[in-house]
Amino acid sequence: MQSKGILIENMRKRYGSGDTAVDALKDVNMQVNPGEVVGLIGPSGSGKSTLLKCLGAVIEPSAGTMTLGGEIIYQDGWIIKDLRALRRDKIGFVFQAPYLIPFLDVTDNVALLPMLAGYSNIESRKRAVELLEALDVAHRASAMPSQLSGGEQQRVSIARALVNRPPVILADEPTAPLDSERALAVIRILNQMAGQFDTAIIVVTHDEKIIPTFKRIYHIRDGRTDEEAGEGRPFE
Amino acid sequence: MISLAGRDVVHAWGKFVFTGVGLGLLIGVTLTMAGVYRGMVDDARVLLNNSSADLWVVQKDTLGPYAEASSLNDDVYRSILGMRGVARAANVTYLTMQVRQGSRDVRAMVVGIVTGEPGAPANLVAGRQITRSHYEAVADVASGFKLGQQIRIRRNDYHVVGLTRRMVSSGGDPMVFIPLKDAQEAQFLKDNDAIINQRNRTSINPAFNQQSVLNAVLDSQTSNPYVNAVLVQIRPGFSAEDVAQPIRQWKRLQVYTRVQMEEILVAKLIATSSRQIAMFLVILAIVSAAIVAFIIYTLTMGKIREIAVLKLIGTRNSTIASMIMQQAVGLGVIGFFVGKVAATLWAPMFPKYVLLLPGDALRGLMITAIICVLASILAIRAALKVDPAEAIGG
Ligand SMILES: Nc1ncnc2c1ncn2[C@@H]1O[C@H](COP(=O)(O)OP(=O)(O)OP(=O)(O)O)[C@@H](O)[C@H]1O
Ligand SMILES: [Mg+2]
Repeated sequence: MQSKGILIENMRKRYGSGDTAVDALKDVNMQVNPGEVVGLIGPSGSGKSTLLKCLGAVIEPSAGTMTLGGEIIYQDGWIIKDLRALRRDKIGFVFQAPYLIPFLDVTDNVALLPMLAGYSNIESRKRAVELLEALDVAHRASAMPSQLSGGEQQRVSIARALVNRPPVILADEPTAPLDSERALAVIRILNQMAGQFDTAIIVVTHDEKIIPTFKRIYHIRDGRTDEEAGEGRPFE
Repeated sequence: MISLAGRDVVHAWGKFVFTGVGLGLLIGVTLTMAGVYRGMVDDARVLLNNSSADLWVVQKDTLGPYAEASSLNDDVYRSILGMRGVARAANVTYLTMQVRQGSRDVRAMVVGIVTGEPGAPANLVAGRQITRSHYEAVADVASGFKLGQQIRIRRNDYHVVGLTRRMVSSGGDPMVFIPLKDAQEAQFLKDNDAIINQRNRTSINPAFNQQSVLNAVLDSQTSNPYVNAVLVQIRPGFSAEDVAQPIRQWKRLQVYTRVQMEEILVAKLIATSSRQIAMFLVILAIVSAAIVAFIIYTLTMGKIREIAVLKLIGTRNSTIASMIMQQAVGLGVIGFFVGKVAATLWAPMFPKYVLLLPGDALRGLMITAIICVLASILAIRAALKVDPAEAIGG
């Protein structure tokens, strides 16, 4: 079966070789459907970041199959050669810190992605403003990142992750620096956006405040994943 | 696509402007050094032009009056005047010495000339030419002397009747023109005491025990039949070489044409200075390159996180490289204009002539651009090594 969201089968990742080799991922299997937000949790050193980097196409897995948005991108080797374009068009990233580009205003931080994908400046800014409106930060569109509050910055970074309408969003500890209320607001937004744009979203987190909100959780221990049902507690 | 480099510069304009101004002052110094060299060469040309001579006749085997001591008998010019193709010929003397005005001494090149003849200053900026045969002087404005002032050369006072501009020796000393006879005497005369001593010594010398012999000898000791060069103007229709050739052959004298004289002044006299300046230019170029490289490297290192994010979201390496290079070149352009303005403002304050040629400025701009591009290579290499995985972190 081909998933439109994320499908990972038997993924392995070994760092290094010989005596010093580390098997960070031993057998990872995941499936995230479009419109769904799943949690990825696990103790330190279990392989969360490694998995995110493989999914984000910045490091190469050692074996397995990876399907994003209905397209097989990895099968015991990269199927898609232009990883830069893959990241630009298929994957949105949300980080622990917003990592906005400090010398671009809010609109252009978001519009940069469509621009990189070849859209005109006008079209790109139009798309950016649409998302800023959806995320309720359109009133700060011409501000510089340093003039925004932490929560506003994080919403701008979510807008950036969404603007090219990628089938997949990878969020790495997106609520770590936020208080409980703001953390839940971010989760609400991610759920809303997943529904609105039919995006499959993986949220890597340690954050006890938000873990109960997931309907499904993947638990990773020593490089192997287990699926668990989450509490699916409402976050409103 | 928006200009990432431009946005970054606008955002961090303070850093760029301050660095640009610092770099600019350095570039200003560089342009000025080049101007100092051009000024020396131009001074030499002006010196030759204003002497309105076509040929310089000097003592055999010497390099001529500006480069080394040359001595000719002061009647040589008469026989040169009679030669084919010679329009005019005149004696000149050159002597670098202290000229006193009031209580200050000015180091000057005192030139003995015959008014209206080759060697005399062609253009005056104030006053008139020397008309009396004694005790009048025309001085270059660089000496600081004013019209009507009295100046003292050796034992005699001279009245400043005219002023020239840009008449300086190859060493940069202002010229002071005085009548040839006075100059010959000044060149010969030691101070009073020395003359009296010599007279006494001569009188008691038994070799001169006849009064008539003694008088002749004493006479010869107080007059000077020598000059340093004969300047020749040639008739229209004759080439410099045609006229020079027979003088070399028959008079056993050294003759330089205008082109050769310029060669001596520029290639021989200014050669060391120009190597000195070239050395300075090289060092300044290296220092500027180091500054640009350091600044651009530091600015880039401060943006490693942003660069990792840019790469992660799909920015091309070439876009990032060109962002860094544009900033380096931008810094160079700011620096260049600051430098050009600074050099233009401070050039007139230099004691010697500083000639800023537009061609040198253009070359400077090009070298600056090249240096900036090279200087950005270090930062670009560092930026290209940044792993997009760093944005995701551990
Ligand atoms: N570049 C690397 N080279 C070698 N080993 C690595 C590398 N990166 C991670 N590892 C190892 O792989 C294993 C998984 O690391 P990873 O960073 O994925 O863990 P994590 O789940 O993100 O932990 P944390 O919650 O502490 O961030 C660890 O044992 C780690 O030491
Ligand atoms: Mg981690």
